Amino acid sequence: MVAGASAAGLSAAETLRRKGYDGRLVVIGDEPHPPYERPPLSKQVLTGEWDEQRTAMRDPAALDGSALDLRLGVRARGLDLGGRRVILDDGEHLAFDGLIIATGVRARTLAGAQALSGVHTLRTLDDLAALRASLWAGGTVAVVGSGPLGMEVASSLTARNAHEVTVITDESVPMERVFGPAVGEMLGRIHRSRGVKLHTGQTVTGLAGTRGRVSGVRLADGTTVPADTVVLAIGSVPNTEWLAGSGLTVDRGVRCDAYSAAAPLVYAAGDVAHWDHRVHGEPVRTEHRINATEQGAVAAHNLLSELGAAPEPRAAYTPVPYFWSDQYALKLQAYGLLHGADRVEVPYADLDDPDRPRLAAFYARQGLVRGVLGTGIPPRVLRELRGLVTLPKPWEDIRGRAAELLAALGSPRHPAVTRDADRGKAR
Amino acid sequence: MKVVADYDKCCAAGQCAILAPDVFDQDEDDGIVLVLDPEPPAHLHDAVLQAVTACPGSALKALR
Ligand SMILES: Cc1cc2nc3c(=O)[nH]c(=O)nc-3n(C[C@H](O)[C@H](O)[C@H](O)COP(=O)(O)OP(=O)(O)OC[C@H]3O[C@@H](n4cnc5c(N)ncnc54)[C@H](O)[C@@H]3O)c2cc1C
Ligand code: SF4
Repeated sequence: MVAGASAAGLSAAETLRRKGYDGRLVVIGDEPHPPYERPPLSKQVLTGEWDEQRTAMRDPAALDGSALDLRLGVRARGLDLGGRRVILDDGEHLAFDGLIIATGVRARTLAGAQALSGVHTLRTLDDLAALRASLWAGGTVAVVGSGPLGMEVASSLTARNAHEVTVITDESVPMERVFGPAVGEMLGRIHRSRGVKLHTGQTVTGLAGTRGRVSGVRLADGTTVPADTVVLAIGSVPNTEWLAGSGLTVDRGVRCDAYSAAAPLVYAAGDVAHWDHRVHGEPVRTEHRINATEQGAVAAHNLLSELGAAPEPRAAYTPVPYFWSDQYALKLQAYGLLHGADRVEVPYADLDDPDRPRLAAFYARQGLVRGVLGTGIPPRVLRELRGLVTLPKPWEDIRGRAAELLAALGSPRHPAVTRDADRGKAR
Repeated sequence: MKVVADYDKCCAAGQCAILAPDVFDQDEDDGIVLVLDPEPPAHLHDAVLQAVTACPGSALKALR
């Protein structure tokens, strides 16, 4: 049985089938929609390039081909680990031989947001429909939060000069926590040049409204940023409440071992899973689209193996994390671990041409390089840069080879920049 | 088996080229998927199905 019918859940289910499991396969999901892609919601769908149907992960025939007992609009309310049963919202008990938990995360919100119309988060197709309706009337938009999601929303809404957008953030530059201050500063310049207003270093204290509709965002300095629509992009909360009292350890997600197992015959995958990454020797939880798929597949394999239904032994899950984000012509691609970096080096940066920005940055913690960020780097070169961070390595092992690879790009119009990140600032 | 790619949905992550390098490659410039073998032989079918599941843009289809 699979709980959660999105990227990780579908990958797990398809992998169970591909590996020969032909028994009953129940997949429950509390959203009414068949599995769909979330990344386009803040990109092609928000700009209006795609209609919502294009986000479907599979066409109906492909879904049928997997012979799933797919139950949509059904929520899991509890887990009885000893009795191997999932309790559904309507009281039904579903017995399982093996369980994969893929219930993901939901968007964090602000106190008081529910009471005002015009305040939105962006996680689901339903969120998108509500946001669209609110944008329809035009007016100004305030985005709260400057992580990659908030900045994607800002870029999609300013594309085609559709809306006037202000981003409000407690970071000193956009995406500082994720990419570090130096890179964040460069990316912030691109957003400013596109007309996005940035209120950095600001703490939001609340929302202002008149007659049930939002009118602005209140800041700690006493000012209010006026807005007709507010998009909250302030992080996420793992969907683990239904596991309370089950005996599973919940600690910023479902705590799993190196095999993605949370308990015997119970695995977790995707945004909700917080597992021991053996290569990095620390627990990791990522909210990356590819992780959902890869971890769903590994969890499915390991479950079959534990059930004695797969010939190969269980495999530890040790991916090279991968994340991308599209903002204007910026296509950011990140491999490895960027969070927790205490030193960032930017050996290549050429952001002069707004239509062809190019940048490469390396991220290290305690002297070991663990991640790389690239934009505008040819795929072949980027693949090689990825190869440099599959295992944590000292700077000396990286710099020379990186310089060689990046030399192929020709010399940047500006001399290459090298900067250190502020220590300990990043998450 | 027939392999079809929706180039618009491809986000150039390159999972397909890693999982089934005989069937998929990426464009040198923009990283968009290239289908090298639209009707791959049977011994590659499992790798193709893996790529279909792995693709983060849901851009690939395997038709029977
Ligand atoms: C707007 C947006 C843009 C993004 N862009 C990118 C990007 O550019 N690159 C990238 O790498 N990643 C991106 N992501 C992240 C990516 O979409 C996620 O990593 C991915 O969706 C995780 O998949 P998942 O299956 O683990 O969880 P989810 O997609 O969160 O799915 C979990 C499902 O389980 C359901 N559920 C929860 N609780 C229960 C319950 N008790 N019972 C039944 N069902 C339940 C939920 O409703 C949901 O349908 C983006 C996300 C969003 C929202
Ligand atoms: S895996 Fe999918 S998104 Fe990635 S390159 Fe291949 S087709 Fe494109």
